[in-house]
Amino acid sequence: MKSAVIVFPGSNCDRDLAVAFERATGKKPAMIWHKDVSLPEGLDVIGVPGGFSFGDYLRCGAIAARSPISRALVEFANKGGHILGVCNGFQILTEAGLLPGTLMRNSGLKYVCKDVDLTVKTTNSAFTNTYNTGQTIRIPIAHHDGNYETDEATVKLLEDQDRIAFTYQDNPNGSIADIAGILSENRRVLGMMPHPERLNDDALGGNDGTGLFQSLTKALVSA
Amino acid sequence: MKARVFVTLKTGVLDPQGEAVKHSLGTLGFDGVENVRQGKVIELDLAESDAAKAESSIRDMCEKLLANTVIENYAVEML
Repeated sequence: MKSAVIVFPGSNCDRDLAVAFERATGKKPAMIWHKDVSLPEGLDVIGVPGGFSFGDYLRCGAIAARSPISRALVEFANKGGHILGVCNGFQILTEAGLLPGTLMRNSGLKYVCKDVDLTVKTTNSAFTNTYNTGQTIRIPIAHHDGNYETDEATVKLLEDQDRIAFTYQDNPNGSIADIAGILSENRRVLGMMPHPERLNDDALGGNDGTGLFQSLTKALVSA
Repeated sequence: MKARVFVTLKTGVLDPQGEAVKHSLGTLGFDGVENVRQGKVIELDLAESDAAKAESSIRDMCEKLLANTVIENYAVEML
């Protein structure tokens, strides 16, 4: 499985994500600077990391989603590539139009940084196939703008198409329908506010995030 | 050619920041503030001298970057 991580000015989870990809695949991911206009050949999965790209100016993820590399990212998605967007990465994917809805200011207005319990809602994706449906996993969140917002019709569509990947058990930010992560229609783009790459080692207090990277390896290793 | 763009949240979209400002105004003794909605003002200075062309270009900018039309409305004022 060949992976890459995109790096924007202000990304700060790019190296954690790279470590997670490397552990799962045994290969170092390519690190792609946002000013690059093309991606390496033969990529299976691209990580869009957390952080504060472009200082969260205008709206979180808005400037990054119009960076030179983002055009290549959208093309990669349109060709059926797998993309994982975590935290600011999720915000960027919604701003780029690859996932519906948007992430607004937390309803409590405060930046929230803590471990939260998530329910795995679907195992039907390359990101969640090693979990069990209904399983509780503990993953950290660290965000100010994680309040997922979309219209009722889109929530219903996401539910009907089994595209809600994770929900919060104790909603920390006001997200509609407790949504923590969603899949694209072709199930190959996942955006989530919690950080699976941050609980990927027992030394860091847990490894509930490891399953996500193992899922990717399992699904894409033969690809 | 100068212009101002006003970006505001659509009706029905919860505005946590507006709610906090409303609460704070109440704390300061400003009674009777029934609703607060917070938005952005963006000032642009364009080389274009034709007002109609400038406005059409600004509307394009709003659709592509300045506003997130999932949750936001925009208004353009030519100065």
